[in-house]
Amino acid sequence: MSPPEAAVLISSINILVSGVFNAAVLFLVSAGLQIVFGVQKIVNLACGSFYAIGAYFGISALAWALRLDLPVALFIPVLIGSGLVLAVVLGPPVERLLRFIYHRDEHFQLLLTFALVLIFEDIIRIFWGASPLQINNVYLAFGDLRLAPDLTIPNYNLMVIAVALAIAFGFGWFLQKTRFGKMVRATAENASMCEALCIDLRKVYVVVFTLGVALGTVGGALVIPATAASLDMGVELIVDAFAVVIIGGLGSMPGALLGALVVGLTRAAAIWLYPEFEMLAIYVIVIAVLILRPRGLLGKAAA
Amino acid sequence: MSVASLDRPITAAVRQRSPWAYAVPVLGFSFIAAFPLIAGPHYAILMFSAMGFAICLLGLNLVFGYTGLLSFGHAMFVAIGAYTAAYLTAARILHLEVILLTAAAVAVAAAVPVGLLCIRYVRIYFSMLTLAFSMLLYSFLYKFYPITGGDEGLRIKMPASLLFDVSRMDTVGILTGPFYYYVLAMLIALTYLMWRITASPFGLGLRAIRDNQQKAEYLGVRIQRNRLIVFVISGVYGALGGVIVSIPVGLADPSLAYWLQSGNLVFMLLLGGYTNFFGPILGSVVFTFFQDQLMSYTEYWRLTFGIVLAVIVIFLPNGLMGVLDPRRRWST
Repeated sequence: MSPPEAAVLISSINILVSGVFNAAVLFLVSAGLQIVFGVQKIVNLACGSFYAIGAYFGISALAWALRLDLPVALFIPVLIGSGLVLAVVLGPPVERLLRFIYHRDEHFQLLLTFALVLIFEDIIRIFWGASPLQINNVYLAFGDLRLAPDLTIPNYNLMVIAVALAIAFGFGWFLQKTRFGKMVRATAENASMCEALCIDLRKVYVVVFTLGVALGTVGGALVIPATAASLDMGVELIVDAFAVVIIGGLGSMPGALLGALVVGLTRAAAIWLYPEFEMLAIYVIVIAVLILRPRGLLGKAAA
Repeated sequence: MSVASLDRPITAAVRQRSPWAYAVPVLGFSFIAAFPLIAGPHYAILMFSAMGFAICLLGLNLVFGYTGLLSFGHAMFVAIGAYTAAYLTAARILHLEVILLTAAAVAVAAAVPVGLLCIRYVRIYFSMLTLAFSMLLYSFLYKFYPITGGDEGLRIKMPASLLFDVSRMDTVGILTGPFYYYVLAMLIALTYLMWRITASPFGLGLRAIRDNQQKAEYLGVRIQRNRLIVFVISGVYGALGGVIVSIPVGLADPSLAYWLQSGNLVFMLLLGGYTNFFGPILGSVVFTFFQDQLMSYTEYWRLTFGIVLAVIVIFLPNGLMGVLDPRRRWST
């Protein structure tokens, strides 16, 4: 292979890996957005806030793990665990708040979750302060995978991709095969019929919302070794997650996966090739999808 | 609101008001007019910004309160107004009249194509599409440094006017004196114009679209055309307000187009009460002063704002006007 060709190959592999890594995290957060929209019919703007607070909590958890001198292999379980704990603490009370507006106009639902965005931003500020936080060296501790003399892939990226895939398949199995998963899907189809059939909607809603929160907090915790946690990360991620669900189709889980890949890869490619178009490219795709196929690439219900 | 109001003569919406109904705007505008005399310059300049936001919100409420479409990207028009002011004052075109007219023209040029795409959708899809467009503008403003100044934004010089000479006054004097009353006159004129729009057959048609699209269509209301007109009008109001809001700041920066700014606009509207014609004006004034006071007391003003918004959404969906004036819901 001639040197220019090798360079092109190496940068495309780099784009692919960083794009899929972005996509993995985006998928987790958008999956949370999707399941809450699918079942509760609420577009949850606060999903980005759960991601941000998950990231900050992940930093605290990781700092704790470092103090205890836990082995590197346990870092990912610690981060996932911190996300789950946070979700169990946050999910039920927030769901209780949303219960006021289940039967209200969707504009009000959107605005209540906007209120949550404001509230959570200051909650983070109270607990962790306003300046960005980062934990150094952990990312490097995971090591690299050296494919060629000048081509290395960080192991951590591969692990997060694997974890996201595992969660995606686990979620699919939960929704398709388990009894509770079937109840969740039935509620998404027709809530009043389910209520008539003695499904406890309250329970379904609490569990689904907590799961949605958990996807956001775990997603946030998992980016921590790779990036800093900042106050803006939540509100910035919301628009990305919005782009994902619009491209993939509102309420569709496979759509979230596809949309996350489109957004993640577009962003990685744009950063590599022409940074000015980083965000612009994504919104152009979003608007194109909304115009040509408003229900999204894999969405089912018509808009 | 029921569609039954369509059975009444078209002018009924205007005729049914008692003389007392006019007390609200007269008292309100008199208060704003007297405000620089009783409050210090800091607060007078705040009121100046509040009037700018009031103009934006009057337009936003035509889309949301009257037509039932929640725009979550209205900040794009505010940014259009601010950047128009920045470009023109940088080119030494300092007359406020020219700036306002240009901003209105740019807003029309932007709102027609964006509106044509957005109005085909309703409910959450309309909100998401408008949000996507405003973020498109934001990313353009943020990333294309040579044209837009990037994250630093562009400076806006103090405008002058064709009507009177302000060249010998200082900035504070202009903003609390001649320009204050200039903007107040503009606000009153635009309020009156909006009042006529909402009370016209066209305005009644909008409410019919909002309440029952099929029925309105059956009765001969041209849905898409009316929605587009509404979107363009609200865009023009947004850009005019954007010019005013950005003058005291002296800077046009990309965060004006960010989705949080759009969220704040909707918050102001809801605070004042979107079901009342004067809700937008009350909302922008209360929001601006509340924010100013809160920010001087605590670092955590977002938390307070979030709680206030949650309380309004859950318990007071008609906003402050709904509390002050519970019987009359003028937009319905």
